[in-house]
Amino acid sequence: MSVIEVITSIFVITGALLIFVSSIGVLRLRDVYSRMHSAGKTSTLGVMFLMLGVLIYFIPEGFNAKILLAILFVFMTAPLSALMVNRSAYRSDVPLEKNSIRDELKEDIENEKV
Amino acid sequence: MAFQLLVNILIAIIWQFLQNSFTLSSFITGFLMGIIILVILRRALTFNLYLVKVWAAIKLLLIFLTELIKANIDVIKIVLSPKMTHQPGIIALETELKTDVEVTLLASLISLTPGTVSMDFSKDNRTIYIHTLDCENKEKVLAGIHNNFERAIMEVTE
Repeated sequence: MSVIEVITSIFVITGALLIFVSSIGVLRLRDVYSRMHSAGKTSTLGVMFLMLGVLIYFIPEGFNAKILLAILFVFMTAPLSALMVNRSAYRSDVPLEKNSIRDELKEDIENEKV
Repeated sequence: MAFQLLVNILIAIIWQFLQNSFTLSSFITGFLMGIIILVILRRALTFNLYLVKVWAAIKLLLIFLTELIKANIDVIKIVLSPKMTHQPGIIALETELKTDVEVTLLASLISLTPGTVSMDFSKDNRTIYIHTLDCENKEKVLAGIHNNFERAIMEVTE
């Protein structure tokens, strides 16, 4: 096994593990808002690691800047979609989980600041 | 900033003509030459060197990457802990940033960092509502965002 193959496998395995943990999080956490933490963040880093693995694997055939663009676009869209899912869930009165201790958005909606 | 970048690219193209070679590597050499010339002449310039901003942007990127990795370790800890004892909540963050672009950048950075996801904006776009996985210590979360991200974003855009 060449050095490039070893580095590639480390990146790909890390990425796959992160995406696995992210899916466990979606199953285990208890409300929409907490699930978006897991779905939005951990999988972003997972995709980043997978893409870096691909980049390193194909370096002997030339540096491929398209893969860096793919990482950039995932980074631009993931936070946005998490925000929109959370926002629309809150606007359609999805309740927070029972452990929640603070809700400053509710007070401000009642005061018509939002 | 845009003007200085144009000057720099112009120097690179002149360099290509002088070398009579129009390849990527000669362009990069010329660009580096331009940077060196601008650094030498920076005292004679009436404006700030744009490289200061580029450096600030690189610093922002590094802060962001370290925070992203910390965020993931935090989320993994919460997800894999046998008993779920975290106490989520929604907190309001009043930002000092002025333009909409800065606030958008801040909101996306918040979404990708430790235990926080931005949820909503107030009507005047100056308050971001954040859902946190563990908000026992509200001041600590807010201070972290103020000290790390707001300051770094200000350095880039001012």
